[in-house]
Amino acid sequence: MTIGSVPPKYKIAIDRDQCMLCERCIDNCSYGVFRKEDQKIIADSRKCTACHRCIAMCPRDAINLHEKPNDYRSHPVWTRETREAIYNQAKSGKIILSGMGNAGDYPIIFDKLVLDACQVTNPSIDPLREPMEIRTYIGKKPRQVEVSKNSSGDYDLNTELAPNLKLDTPVMIGHMSYGAISLNAQLAMAKAVHEVGTYMGTGEGGLHKSLFPYQDRMIVQIASGRFGVDVDYLERGAAIEIKIGQGAKPGIGGHLPGEKVSEEVSKTRMIPIHSDAISPAPHHDIYSIEDLAQLVRSLKEATEWKKPVFVKIAAVHNAPAIAAGIARSSADAVVIDGFKGGTGAAPRVFRDNVGIPIEAAVAAVDSKLRSQGVRNEISIIASGGIRNSADLTKSIALGADAVYIGTAALVAMGCRVCGSCYRGLCPWGIATQRPELVKRLNPDEASKNVANLIKGWTLELSELMGAAGINSIESLRGNRDRLRGYMLDEGLMNVLDVKTVGA
Amino acid sequence: MCGIISVIDRSRNVMDGGAIKNALALMNERGSGEGAGYAVYGAYPDFRDYYALHVFYDNLVEPKKAVEELLNKWGEIEYSEEIPTYEQKRLKKQHIPWRYFFKPDPKLLAGSCSPEEDAIINIVNKVNTQINGALIFSSGKNIGVFKASGWPEDVANFYKIEDYEGYIWMGHNRYPTNTSGWWGGAHPFNLLDWSVIHNGEITSYGTNRRYIESFGYKCTMKTDTEVVAYLADLLGRRHKLPDEISVKALAPPFWDEIDRMPEKEKKLYTTLRMAYGSAMMNGPFAIVVAKPEGIVGFTDRIKLRPMIAAESGDCLYISSEEAAIRRMNPDLDRVWMPKAGEPVIGMVKR
Ligand code: SF4
Ligand code: SF4
Repeated sequence: MTIGSVPPKYKIAIDRDQCMLCERCIDNCSYGVFRKEDQKIIADSRKCTACHRCIAMCPRDAINLHEKPNDYRSHPVWTRETREAIYNQAKSGKIILSGMGNAGDYPIIFDKLVLDACQVTNPSIDPLREPMEIRTYIGKKPRQVEVSKNSSGDYDLNTELAPNLKLDTPVMIGHMSYGAISLNAQLAMAKAVHEVGTYMGTGEGGLHKSLFPYQDRMIVQIASGRFGVDVDYLERGAAIEIKIGQGAKPGIGGHLPGEKVSEEVSKTRMIPIHSDAISPAPHHDIYSIEDLAQLVRSLKEATEWKKPVFVKIAAVHNAPAIAAGIARSSADAVVIDGFKGGTGAAPRVFRDNVGIPIEAAVAAVDSKLRSQGVRNEISIIASGGIRNSADLTKSIALGADAVYIGTAALVAMGCRVCGSCYRGLCPWGIATQRPELVKRLNPDEASKNVANLIKGWTLELSELMGAAGINSIESLRGNRDRLRGYMLDEGLMNVLDVKTVGA
Repeated sequence: MCGIISVIDRSRNVMDGGAIKNALALMNERGSGEGAGYAVYGAYPDFRDYYALHVFYDNLVEPKKAVEELLNKWGEIEYSEEIPTYEQKRLKKQHIPWRYFFKPDPKLLAGSCSPEEDAIINIVNKVNTQINGALIFSSGKNIGVFKASGWPEDVANFYKIEDYEGYIWMGHNRYPTNTSGWWGGAHPFNLLDWSVIHNGEITSYGTNRRYIESFGYKCTMKTDTEVVAYLADLLGRRHKLPDEISVKALAPPFWDEIDRMPEKEKKLYTTLRMAYGSAMMNGPFAIVVAKPEGIVGFTDRIKLRPMIAAESGDCLYISSEEAAIRRMNPDLDRVWMPKAGEPVIGMVKR
C-alpha cells in the first residue's frame, strides 16, 4: 500500500495580465519551479521552498506565493508537520534534515524582557551630543591590577595584559564555514567586519586564500573534524575557537554533503573532492574538561600565547558548570550558542527539541561565573537567535560581553530563511557552492549591506544605552537592573535574575 | 538631588559638628526631610583601637541578644551603650541607636591576611542579612556615623552632633528617589574605615553590585551608595591601589583620551579599564569617600552632578555648593570646580 505524496506547502500563482514572459523566474529558480509552455509560465508549486528569489527578481510583480492552507483534517495534536514527518519517514526510514534555526513554537524570552529608561532622577544621555563608548575587549582580564610609585612620582604598571580582541562594536559574525556557505558570502562578511571594526568566524571549513587579506579579522575554528587545520591556519587567525557544540544541534557533529565539497572547498578543508565531510560528535582527543584545557594550552603554545582561544558550547542545561570549567582552563572566552541558532543542516528533531534558550543560558552562566569569582577573567559571547539590536542590548544586560550573529548577517545579504540550505541550491548564492548560483552574490554590495546592518544596530545600541543613562558598555554588561520581565514566570525570572515590570 | 559636604583638616586639628550642621542645613533645597547624616573621623579617641559598631535596633530584646551573641563569638566587647539621643519634634524615633567598642579575635580567621577586618565584614554582613531588627551602619575604628530619617538640623540635634569632634567630617542631605527614606538608607554609608556620601544615581549599579558580590560583599542597604564603599574597600584595601588610581578605575578617562596618551600611560589606563570595567561607575554622581588618611571626591565622567572644592589653610572642603562651604568658613584661600572624573584628594600630613 502506498502512502502517496504529501500536498505542496506553497502555492505559486502567476498573474498572466502582468507577466511579460521575460523568463527571469525560470533563470532564477534553482529548484526548477518554473517552465515556459505555450507562451505561458507554468509553476510547479511542489518544488517551491519559498526562497522568494523569483518574486524579488520578477520585473512585473507578477508572482504570488502563498503558504498553502492545511487541507488535512485539522487536529490540534496531529498537526500537518507531525503527520508529514511521519509520511516522509515511513517512506525513507531516514533522519529528517532541515536548515536554519529552530522552527518550534517556543515563546521567545527576549520578547518578554523590556529595557529601562531614565526620567528626571538621572538624565538620559544623548549619543549625538555626548560620548558613547561601546568599544569592547574580548579575552582574559587580570583579576586585579598592580601598580607601584616610582622615584619620579608616577605609577609603573606591574600587571601584564593577556592578548584581547578589540571590538569597535559588540556584534561579531559567528562561524559559518566555507562549504556550508559560499566563498562570496564569506568574502562579503569579511569585508564588512573589516569595515566596522569587528570579527567573524571561519567555521570549521579552513581559511580560503582569498580571505587572507582579512585574516586579522577572522577567528579560526577548530571543530571535531579538524578540517583545514594546520599551524599556518592557526597563525593566520586573530583568535582561535574550539567548537565543542552548536546551538542548532547540541551533542552531535556536523555533516557537509559531498555535493557541497567542490574543488576549492576540498582544498581549503583538506579533504577529498565530493567526499562527505562528517565531523564526529565529540572531539576524539577531548573526553573531559581536562582534555579540553590541554587542547586550549596546546593551541596557545603553538601560537606562542599571542592569540586568545575561545571555546564554543551549545546552550544546554549545565552550560554554567561547563563554562566555569572552561573559565578555569586558559581559555579567554566562552561562546554559548542558544537553541534558536541557525545551521546549514541539522536533524530536525535536534534543531527543534534539543538545548535551551540563549537568554537563560547567558544569565545562568554569568551568574555562575560571578558566584565563583571568575567572571571577570573570561569573556562571554552569546549567540543563537539574536535578531535585532534589542536582543543584542538585552544579551549584554544579561551578562554577555558581545554577541555572534549568523542568520541576521545572511538575511542582510538576501537570505529569506527558506530553510533549505542543506540542499546546496540556495538561489541567493549564499548556502551553495554551485558557481552559477555563487556568482549571484556580489561580495562588495553584500558587504555593504552587512556593514550597514551592524552599523544600524550599533547606533540603536548607543541610543538604548543613552536612554538608560549609561555611556559605556561596561556598565551595561550584566546590568540586570536595566531589564524587567513582562509576563515571565517566577522561576524564569529567578534564573534571569530580573524583576517584574512595576517592581 | 542630594546635598553633600565634607571637610578635612590636614593637620588633624579637630572641629566640632556645629559648623557642618549649619552648612548642610543651608542645602535643604537638596533634601526632602527623609534622610540626613554625618560621619566624623577621630570621634572616639578613648577607644581608638576598637571597632566602633553603631547598630540600629528595632527593640532591645531579640535582635540585641542575637547581635551580642555573635559579637561574643567573634571577639570581645570592651564597652557598649545606647547612643545618646535627644527628642526632636519633627523626627520620629524609629530605631534605637546603640554602639559597641569591639575587638575581634584574629585567631578565629587564621589564614586571612587581614583577619580583623574580614571578621568585621563578616559580622556586618551576618547582622544585616540575617538578624531581623538590627542593622550595623558604622563599623570603623575611631569613626562614627550618625544618621536618621529627617532634616539635617533635626538629625544633628537628635544626636547633638556638636558634641562630637573630629578631623574629618562628612554631611549628607537626602532626596531619595530609588528607595523610600529609611534610616538605613540615609548617608553616609560606612564599612570599616570607609565612609561614602553621594549625590546622584549610579546607573551601573546592577553591574557594580554583581561585580562586588562576586568578591563576597553583600549589598543589604537597597541603594547604590553602599557599593561605592565596598568598591573603595576592594580597590583600596584588598587590591592596594593608590587613591588616584582607584578613582581612575571607578571614573576612568574616555577611550578617546586613553588613545591619545603617551604609550606608558595608555597601557596603564587600558589595563585599568579592562580589569575594572565592571567596577566603573556610570550615571550622574558626585561622591566623597573618606578613610582615616583623608578624603577623595570625584564626579562622573561628564559631570552631571555638581561638585565644588575649596581650601583654607590646612582645611580642604568638598561640597555640592560653594555657599555651603562658605557657611562653614567664609574666608577661603581658593575655590575651584574640578573637572569631570578629576579626583580632589585631601590627605592628612604625616
Ligand atoms: S519573472 Fe515575472 S514577468 Fe518574468 S516570466 Fe517570470 S513571472 Fe513573468
Ligand atoms: S541561505 Fe539560502 S537556502 Fe539557506 S535559508 Fe537562506 S535563502 Fe534559503
